[in-house]
Amino acid sequence: MSITQLPSPAVAAVVAQGLTKRFGTTEALRGVDFEIERGKVLGLLGPNGAGKTTAVRILCTLLKPDAGRAFIDGIDVLADPRRARARIGLTGQFAAVEERLTGFENLQHVGRLFHLRTSEARRRARELLEQFDLVDAADRVARTYSGGMRRRLDIAMSLIGRPSVLFLDEPTTGLDPRSRLGMWDVIDELGRAGTTTLLTTQYLDEADRLADQIVVIDQGTAIARGTADELKRRVGGDLVDVVLADPADGRRAVELLTPRACGQGKVVLGTTTVTVPVDGFAGVVPAVVRDLDQAGIQVVDVGTRRSTLDDVFFALTGRPAQEADDEPSDDHPEAPTSAPETKVEAG
Amino acid sequence: MAVAAVPTATPVGGDIPRGFTWAVRDCWTEASRHLRALPRNPEVLAFSTIQPVMFVLLFAYVFGGAINVPGYDDYLQFLLPGIFAQTVVFGSTFAAVGLAEDTTRGIADRLRSLPMFGPAVLIGRTFADLIRNVFTFVVMLVVAFLIGFRFEGSLAGALAASLLLLGFAYAFTWVNALLGVSVGSVEAANSASFIWIFPLTFVSSAFVDPRSMPSWLEPIARNNPFTIATNAVRALYNGRPPGADLWLAVAWAVGITVVFAVLASRRFTASTR
Ligand SMILES: Nc1ncnc2c1ncn2[C@@H]1O[C@H](COP(=O)(O)OP(=O)(O)O)[C@@H](O)[C@H]1O
Ligand SMILES: [Mg+2]
Repeated sequence: MSITQLPSPAVAAVVAQGLTKRFGTTEALRGVDFEIERGKVLGLLGPNGAGKTTAVRILCTLLKPDAGRAFIDGIDVLADPRRARARIGLTGQFAAVEERLTGFENLQHVGRLFHLRTSEARRRARELLEQFDLVDAADRVARTYSGGMRRRLDIAMSLIGRPSVLFLDEPTTGLDPRSRLGMWDVIDELGRAGTTTLLTTQYLDEADRLADQIVVIDQGTAIARGTADELKRRVGGDLVDVVLADPADGRRAVELLTPRACGQGKVVLGTTTVTVPVDGFAGVVPAVVRDLDQAGIQVVDVGTRRSTLDDVFFALTGRPAQEADDEPSDDHPEAPTSAPETKVEAG
Repeated sequence: MAVAAVPTATPVGGDIPRGFTWAVRDCWTEASRHLRALPRNPEVLAFSTIQPVMFVLLFAYVFGGAINVPGYDDYLQFLLPGIFAQTVVFGSTFAAVGLAEDTTRGIADRLRSLPMFGPAVLIGRTFADLIRNVFTFVVMLVVAFLIGFRFEGSLAGALAASLLLLGFAYAFTWVNALLGVSVGSVEAANSASFIWIFPLTFVSSAFVDPRSMPSWLEPIARNNPFTIATNAVRALYNGRPPGADLWLAVAWAVGITVVFAVLASRRFTASTR
């Protein structure tokens, strides 16, 4: 994936400053800032309705912000959208493939609209079919493709013009688990090849796995940023989950165990599970069990695990991050729904 | 992570072409997307052939004997130009559905994020629709001839009539293009286009003489641009002078095309959605 004539590395490939956008009474973005260093993958992580797609659409010149500025390779996307467009590749939330054309034709078509020479468009198309493991399906119409194949074709299409920045808006939402892992490999590979990427996702493990930097966005505001490890450190790296026999003991258990929590970490209560952030596991499990036992609280199970970004999100917002639903087509939900149980156990 | 000062623009390669030839090339690229797909889409092909054939036969045989129109001995000679006009205008609704499909499937977003000439998406689409309509029209004309329709006037007149029909339908393709880029779903686009096309084509001189309509409806039917175009086309096919209808119909077609092409293109390229 060689990009000719790299602009000065001092300039971030993507700069978003104070992005603000309102739809009627919905404040989709309330002043969001971020930058993407060249060659890095930024994960924009947030639940449904957080404003991820809105941010992507502004950066891709599809939407004008009410306030704020955005730059691609130093090009102001508001002042010079067409030049910015020559630098970007967009893979939107829905696989934007022309179902009536074959994989090869789809690629060639976008290549021509990127104003590649016909021979170059063909050559790139073949190259990308190879890279995205679509050679066998190249001459089949995209209507016959599986969800995972469509997504791969979609990403390939956004790469045909050798963009300097790739936007991937929820690339794995709606994919079955196997295709999802396949997609991770694809994105991983792009990242290792140095493709500057903005990846949005509601899957916390996805950002953890793929992004160099993460910006957590919630209700139009960036609420945290850093590497996955930095974010995890905020809740303590290690967690002890205690499953109680009687959910009614929950409150009391939280009080009892709070002194055991490390640093800024908070003890979190799920339906039947109490999660305690700790600094290393040595001796902790027996201590926790003893505390509860002495208070006459019955414990069904105790487990230890490394904290995930789910825990981070909960710690930051007091709400669980909504695990991505099965509805990939839910573009504009009325409001982010919360499902209190799903989170704490999810590990 | 503090946000740095506004970065200075880095002039790099990858200039994007501008100008007329690139715009035309983009239009053709987009048109070829649809033209290439056309023969692969059995439903659309069926709709483009079977439906017009059925219309010609149904109307001709169901109404053919029952309706008398003053000035025409043979109702077929009166009716068929009306059917032609209605069918090609119906054919213009593909644009609404197709563009709504592009929008809901994210294809419109992808295209709008490319360094291309934005309106090419609409121009290419309407051009492909025009080609499909030519095909529909030819099929229809052949069937019409088989059941006894004839050009009563000059071949030049018949040719002019045919061009007017297709041009008029092309104008309405732009109305439907505006609908297609404005409504939020394919179903909405479908109903939104038929909801005005049905009254437009039926409250007209396509099937009956407007003088046979209720008095409140008659002036509407008579001034309907669809009536004007149908009358001009009918006159030309039957070797009668079209009179002012011809120029009026051309003016309508050009006017609708210009106004709706501008509106639809603006709507499509606007960064407001
Ligand atoms: N075109 C629109 N019209 C009205 N509301 C919108 C529109 N686009 C997004 N929204 C609203 O803005 C908020 C953020 O949406 P979005 O950016 O799509 O979130 P995400 O991609 O993170 O799920 C949501 O509340 C959504 O309903
Ligand atoms: Mg979204």
